[in-house]
Amino acid sequence: MRVSRAETTLNYVILIAFAAFALTPVLTILATAVSAPLGEPAGLHLSNFAEAWTVGGFGQSLGRSAIVAVIVVSLATVLSVLAGYAFATMRFSGSTLLFSLFLLGMMIPAEATVIPLFFDLRTLGLTDTYLAIAMPQVAQSIAFGTFWLRAQFRAMPIELLEAAALDGAGPVRSLTRILVPASRPAIVTLLVLTFMWTWNEFLIALVMTPGGRLRTAPLGLSNFQGQYTSETALLSAGAVIVALPTVILFLFLQRHFIRGMLEGASR
Amino acid sequence: MPSRPTSTPGSLASAGHPASADHAASGAPAGGRGDGSARRRGRSRPSAVVRSRAVPYLFILPAFLVYGAFALYPLGRAAQFSLFEWRGFGPSTFVGLQNYVDLAGDADFRAALGNALILIVFYAVIPLVVGLVLAAILRRGQVRGMGFFRTVVFLPQVIALVVVAVAWRRIYAPNGLLNDLLSAAGLDGLTRGWLGDPGTALIAVGFIGTWVQMGLVMLLMLSGMSRIPGELFEAARLDGAGPLREFFAITLPAVRGEITVALVLTIIAALKTFDLVYMTTSGGPGNATTVPSYEVYLRAFDLREVGSASAVAIVLTLVIFAINLGVTRIGERQS
Repeated sequence: MRVSRAETTLNYVILIAFAAFALTPVLTILATAVSAPLGEPAGLHLSNFAEAWTVGGFGQSLGRSAIVAVIVVSLATVLSVLAGYAFATMRFSGSTLLFSLFLLGMMIPAEATVIPLFFDLRTLGLTDTYLAIAMPQVAQSIAFGTFWLRAQFRAMPIELLEAAALDGAGPVRSLTRILVPASRPAIVTLLVLTFMWTWNEFLIALVMTPGGRLRTAPLGLSNFQGQYTSETALLSAGAVIVALPTVILFLFLQRHFIRGMLEGASR
Repeated sequence: MPSRPTSTPGSLASAGHPASADHAASGAPAGGRGDGSARRRGRSRPSAVVRSRAVPYLFILPAFLVYGAFALYPLGRAAQFSLFEWRGFGPSTFVGLQNYVDLAGDADFRAALGNALILIVFYAVIPLVVGLVLAAILRRGQVRGMGFFRTVVFLPQVIALVVVAVAWRRIYAPNGLLNDLLSAAGLDGLTRGWLGDPGTALIAVGFIGTWVQMGLVMLLMLSGMSRIPGELFEAARLDGAGPLREFFAITLPAVRGEITVALVLTIIAALKTFDLVYMTTSGGPGNATTVPSYEVYLRAFDLREVGSASAVAIVLTLVIFAINLGVTRIGERQS
């Protein structure tokens, strides 16, 4: 398709302007992160990362975030695979109703569930535990994961399963030997999305850790900001540390992020 | 979608992604049984893998237990809480619908709704316009570095909002980049602490939302536009249509489904913008930047008005349900 020269130029101007807009905050925080901390001479201060790491306790909070992420991602994925499999390949009474209930879960905001969860878990003495941070997120992820994997498994040729059944494979074997391997890309996409949502989760982690002992990385950063308001260099270095895992993952697995977020949104 | 989506995509299928096309309904060869059940395969497929009646329920049970205990049950509890007056400890008093009645005259709650409406402009409307323009440019092709551009514009979507808040606080600070730029342009009169000024705080927060959402909307539009057959544009070109007419006659109608999806996602994001508000303004100055989800947190955990907080949460949930259903209805009527 031919496009006039004037239009091409205008297109580039618009694209470059928006690329600059998108990058400005990223570059600002990177530049601030290596700028001089209070009372130090100007120049490149890469040591800010090390100092923020110690002062902000990011070693511990990143570790906790990793534990929460492992619990949420693994549990939610396994449970979603099982449920999505049943909804996609089996006929049973009440399946439509049950599936609608799972779909409903994708609309329930954490704002609504987090209040009773906090007070009920507090009664049970379970606040400030990994269970309290992880399980509400597992529940939310299951709603999306079941929906996502049901669609994926339904798109598989049914002959595959029928052939396996004729060969005497039971339901678990058909799932683990045939459907799961054939659905690897969709499952990887789900893993990546669930990881990102869990890593970036703020409200649930905030409410469920009133004691502050189990602060995840985003909360550690929030707390750091509250304590060291004027230490913008260290604060920015901490922010870069917290953002790095998802950004690196995104740069390497872009297609999974983009595909997941677009298809998840629109189907 | 930096946080988990709060929308029901299932019925938004008007966007019609090929990957989501129902395999069975598309007439693909399947079991080939001649009975009545074959005609309804689009909705329910025969079980190829199990004969026992109990097996499907066993597969669903673990997921359902967790989901029920940590999502459905708490939602019911929130509805129950909203009928009581309770300070988070000690005795509670049943007050019926009084918490909801009080919200109608509650200045902070009304401010939160009003602010959310303004945020919708920044979170949904502006990103939609920007996303459409950028996608239209990229689709017309002949753009070098398209992959780089897509990556850069989408990047804000994957950064934790807490980090986003730290970055933008630097930009909006009295000695930050925005004021530097204004001073350099000779506009010293406009400089201020953007997040602390009641007149600009909400717009400043909204603008962050624009920055976050535009990449997602752009990619949604791009994926819609990629389904338009190229001949359509060639034909329009032969008829002498310019880029603008081409956009309004061909591109825009073709992405109506994606526009619906984008609006649902971004409007809900505007209502739920908790992390950003908590980290940048704490709802202030005054109630200038409070939003429904911030009100939920503030009331439940700072003001110790658990009943009122739950009422706000239930209203927020109903609004989200209504947006999903309403927009879906509109989408269905169009197709």
